[in-house]
Amino acid sequence: MAQVTLHNIVKNYDETPAVRGIDLDIADKEFVVLVGPSGCGKSTTLRMIAGLEDITGGEIAIGGHVVNDVPPKDRDIAMVFQNYALYPHMTVFENMSFGLRLKRVPRDEIRQRVENAARILDITELLDRKPKQLSGGQRQRVAMGRAIVRDPKVFLFDEPLSNLDAKLRVQMRTEIKKVHQKVRTTTVYVTHDQVEAMTLADRVVVMNAGLIEQVGTPNELYHHPRTKFVAGFIGSPAMNFVPCRLEEASGALRIVLPGGHVFPVPADRTQRYRSHAGGSDLQFGLRPEHITETHRNVEPGQETFDVTLEVTEPMGMETLIYFQVEGVEVCGRVNPAAGAQDGQPMRLLADLNHMHLVDGKSGLVL
Amino acid sequence: MTATATFDKDGPDRGGPTRPVRQGSMSRDRRRALYWSYFFLILFVIFFLTPPVYMFITSLKSSSEIAGATNPWWVFDPTLKNYEALLTSTEFLTFILNSAMVSVIVVSVTMVVSVLAAFALSRMRFWGSATLATGIFLCYLIPETLLFIPLFKMFAVVNEFTGIQLLNKWYVLLLVYPTLTVPFCTWIMIGYFASIPKELDEAALIDGATYMQTLTKIFIPVALPGIIAATIFAFTVSWAQFLYPLAFTTSSDQLVLPVGIVTSLIKGDVYNWGQIMTGALIAAAPPLVIYAFLMDYYIAGLTAGATKG
Repeated sequence: MAQVTLHNIVKNYDETPAVRGIDLDIADKEFVVLVGPSGCGKSTTLRMIAGLEDITGGEIAIGGHVVNDVPPKDRDIAMVFQNYALYPHMTVFENMSFGLRLKRVPRDEIRQRVENAARILDITELLDRKPKQLSGGQRQRVAMGRAIVRDPKVFLFDEPLSNLDAKLRVQMRTEIKKVHQKVRTTTVYVTHDQVEAMTLADRVVVMNAGLIEQVGTPNELYHHPRTKFVAGFIGSPAMNFVPCRLEEASGALRIVLPGGHVFPVPADRTQRYRSHAGGSDLQFGLRPEHITETHRNVEPGQETFDVTLEVTEPMGMETLIYFQVEGVEVCGRVNPAAGAQDGQPMRLLADLNHMHLVDGKSGLVL
Repeated sequence: MTATATFDKDGPDRGGPTRPVRQGSMSRDRRRALYWSYFFLILFVIFFLTPPVYMFITSLKSSSEIAGATNPWWVFDPTLKNYEALLTSTEFLTFILNSAMVSVIVVSVTMVVSVLAAFALSRMRFWGSATLATGIFLCYLIPETLLFIPLFKMFAVVNEFTGIQLLNKWYVLLLVYPTLTVPFCTWIMIGYFASIPKELDEAALIDGATYMQTLTKIFIPVALPGIIAATIFAFTVSWAQFLYPLAFTTSSDQLVLPVGIVTSLIKGDVYNWGQIMTGALIAAAPPLVIYAFLMDYYIAGLTAGATKG
């Protein structure tokens, strides 16, 4: 059993707070991704779990034992670094077996474990090479191999794919997921890339400014973000936010956007939003995929509106369109066949069944 | 513009066979820069190689030929007498032995101390480590001309109170040379260790290595070019040091080469030029051989950190 428990973890660098009190329970065999912008404290949190940073306050437990004062080597963890951190003077075999050799594991067992890990990662034929003879992707595999060989309680990944090119990154992402399915070790993975977070995680932890914004499955975060930060951070292109007013007229609610667009609020949300009617500093949020070209069967909750497009970006399977709503840039995704063109007017469809309403003061999604 | 034509022929033909070769202003700049670099390189080669060449020529001459009014740049009557005389003189062989012992011991002590110190200062993050690192470098900046009189006094006082005779013993140099070599070598090693990514020792730490294992199994192999550079430096300093042995040793059986050559081969105003030149040439040989073999490492060691990505 290797759950990881963080209880009110605080980290200050001199006087600057990096992590400001976070609680997190990671279950045995779970794949948890910490995601957030640079400087949000995600790497610091990971390094505290590894024991590479002292903890200013709080308690970290691995497998039920508090490890605050346990040195890294006795925490039974393995870590994969962004720059791989392979020992340049050792062969792949020596790199992978270094930890075991230090522990004086019998030679036969070392060979067997390294070969096993090499087979999982498909690097058997690289075992005699030095790191500088390997490509980025291969080095990444070796770094993972070094972690697997140790058979630790917890894997820690610190932005392991950031140094790879885009294509390789996607490939290695799948690879990491496959490896986790094979070895089922509790994993904590840090990244700033929300796509990586969404694709890999059992649960995603979104961090911002040293605090946890929200913890949830990828789908929960995507469909039910709790704060404006999460709503804007998860999803690419990011969710559109436009300042709005919420008006009540004859029992129904409607969203009034600057520039005169008026959308009725779908009936199932009326109850939830009613108390905020007439409130100030509200923002209307809608993901680009819910702003599309119009089609014949307009369903309840979908509203058409007219805009003049500024820029279009053909992506092949879709075309991203950008237009202004009173000085705020809004992005939508339309079918490439819909005929979207730079500078041309277009009739679009907003799917309000997926809308979000954000309280600008608290930053909470209502 | 004949030179231009030659370069055109050798230069890369990027335009393909059907297009005329065009030399851009960049390549003309580069060519001019190359001419000047070669000009100065040759100038420096002449400047720095003339003394050893002159030493070599003179070492092959007899005293009478040196004193004679012949062309000093040519040997008319070559002889190995000077070499023979020196290499059979027990005095000279003692100088070599003393120099070798002092250098080998000083280099060993220096490398052990400075590698350990540099690792601690650059990686173990303790209170005052940065100040200490700067302090060590500042030590190096104090010239030995400022130190040899107080040191002399110190050794005399030590002798007075403990009876340990340090002055006029070759091993006194084992105490004073490290004051020159340790600060600089520590500084080089701090710089070299700084170029090793921090993740490497963190990975070792997680893999279960102690600080000492991290140093011996990761840092020393990875920093080998830097260690070799520092070793060469320490060797050169202790092999060629002149002032301290001149001040602290006087008996001919305690002298090291640089001082020994000067004191034993200059008698009053009689200069035995042939043997002086031969002695200097023999003394210069070990560093030369070491440099020649380890040159690549030396350069890699000194430029590391400068190009850290």
